[in-house]
Amino acid sequence: MSTEFEAVIGLEIHIQLLTESKAFSSDSTAYGQMPNTQVSAVSLGHPGTLPKHNRHAVELAMKMGLALQCGITRINRYARKNYFYADLPKGYQITQFDTPLCTGGFVSIKPKSGEPKQVRLIRIHMEEDTGKSMHDQDLEDSLIDYNRAGTPLIEVVTEPDIRTGEEAYAFVTEIRRLVRYLDICDGNMEEGSLRCDANISIRPKGTSAFGTKVEVKNMNSISNVKRAIDFEIKRQTEVLQNGGVVIGETRGFNGLNGSTFSMRRKELVNDYRYFPEPDLPPLTLTDKDIEAVKHSMPELPEALFNRFHQELGLSEYDAAVLTDDKTTAMYFNHLIQCTSNYKAAANWVNVAIKGYLNENAVGMESFPLQPEKIADIISVIDQNIVSHSAAAQHLFPAMIANPHATAVELIEKLNLAQDADTDTIENLIAEVLSRFPEKVQEYKNGKTGLLGLFVGEVMKASKGKADPRKTNEQVRKMLDA
Amino acid sequence: MKITPEKVQELAALSRLRFEGEAAEKMRQDLENILEMCEKLNEVNTDDVEPLIYMTDRVNNLRDDKVTQEISHEEALKNAPKKDSDFFRVPKVIGQTD
Repeated sequence: MSTEFEAVIGLEIHIQLLTESKAFSSDSTAYGQMPNTQVSAVSLGHPGTLPKHNRHAVELAMKMGLALQCGITRINRYARKNYFYADLPKGYQITQFDTPLCTGGFVSIKPKSGEPKQVRLIRIHMEEDTGKSMHDQDLEDSLIDYNRAGTPLIEVVTEPDIRTGEEAYAFVTEIRRLVRYLDICDGNMEEGSLRCDANISIRPKGTSAFGTKVEVKNMNSISNVKRAIDFEIKRQTEVLQNGGVVIGETRGFNGLNGSTFSMRRKELVNDYRYFPEPDLPPLTLTDKDIEAVKHSMPELPEALFNRFHQELGLSEYDAAVLTDDKTTAMYFNHLIQCTSNYKAAANWVNVAIKGYLNENAVGMESFPLQPEKIADIISVIDQNIVSHSAAAQHLFPAMIANPHATAVELIEKLNLAQDADTDTIENLIAEVLSRFPEKVQEYKNGKTGLLGLFVGEVMKASKGKADPRKTNEQVRKMLDA
Repeated sequence: MKITPEKVQELAALSRLRFEGEAAEKMRQDLENILEMCEKLNEVNTDDVEPLIYMTDRVNNLRDDKVTQEISHEEALKNAPKKDSDFFRVPKVIGQTD
């Protein structure tokens, strides 16, 4: 007998907010500095010190909630989450417990395979990061660096709506895209500014009770989130199919072989003894505060997608590629202020520019040409000054090599101007046709598909300067004569 | 309220303390006495009383996002029982993080 199982997955995503200073003190949050140089009496947890919340951290946290359609809590209290660990110097983490800043909301995802769906959120709350422990540098001691202690975080907690590794992949990808659009986090999972824990359980398909859940940590890339979940679903399924029981525990992820391993059992339910943080007065937010943050938010990818697709008439594919990352979307948005040929603009960005970026293995932010220059190229093509193929093959690379030159200057310099001179084209066509007497005969016998071959040869002979449309007409005219 | 020996051990584990034998029993009795004393408070009707969390009515104690480094690296490490030139050093603990 083989029962079919389904996975029930909830994610917890920790997001480091892009503030200059820490959540509750004025030391810097910069990454990669010498250990224990960005600390203060507050972040080191010295007695008698008082935290004071960073206004900007609250604003960034609200942006995330508003972007995800959450309700914003008007009266926020902070709480202490108590536990002993060396990288938490106070013995408690300042977080939010019964009044998370954001409640509800959802993220729309489009997994590669499977249906688009909405993943509901339980909450987003504000808290502070811990220091970092290093266990493998020394035989006897763990080494502690408190530079990260007190860095502002938000934690996004989903409902257990996710069913597959693929959906989790799509979810984290969407969260990363959003935090980058909103400019609230750099979304760098390798450096730990975006971290994901997954709670995974499985149950027989069609049942509604939850199985025993396992928490998986330490997945430092989006593809590892998917790998770890896929592994864990398979592992738990095999345990159950072999008549075993899944043990509630925390597991780590080994990126080298894609497996998870037991870190510790959850026999004792963690008792964090939350209680209100008396050192921080409540945070109250008014409609006006919320409106002000709303106004400071950029256009989000979904809105941009709809605008590009519906208002500009671009294909869904083009609109999706253009809004995949913020830099590209903003570049395109600028480009369409400079040209009204939106389709050509989308093509230049998605084909020529993307090709250039891939070839040089750089991101959009390193692309050397201003959008005005691409509009310039589109314009000389639309005026039939240069053919599209000559523009793509010769003018575009020349512009990149000379980012300050205009398209017209380079067309002249490289002698790329389209040959509209009918005599010249006719001569070229006559020359080509004389080279292929047998093909001409086949064409005349009805194999009209050969037209493309002749046009191609003429274009080649003209070094791309002939206007393809005119050449096409002229070749047909001369063959039919 | 009754405090069981198991509860004492649970609280001891959370507090990273150790009580055994007579000491554990004494702690159990102390805890019970403390709770009993606190139970006196239950005699007061608090149905319409909001819990008192803060000693003032102040709200929104916020600061601007400005960096000022108030202490040096040396000052940060100064009071540490064990350290090197870069790090705080603590006895090795693996597998208890959260």
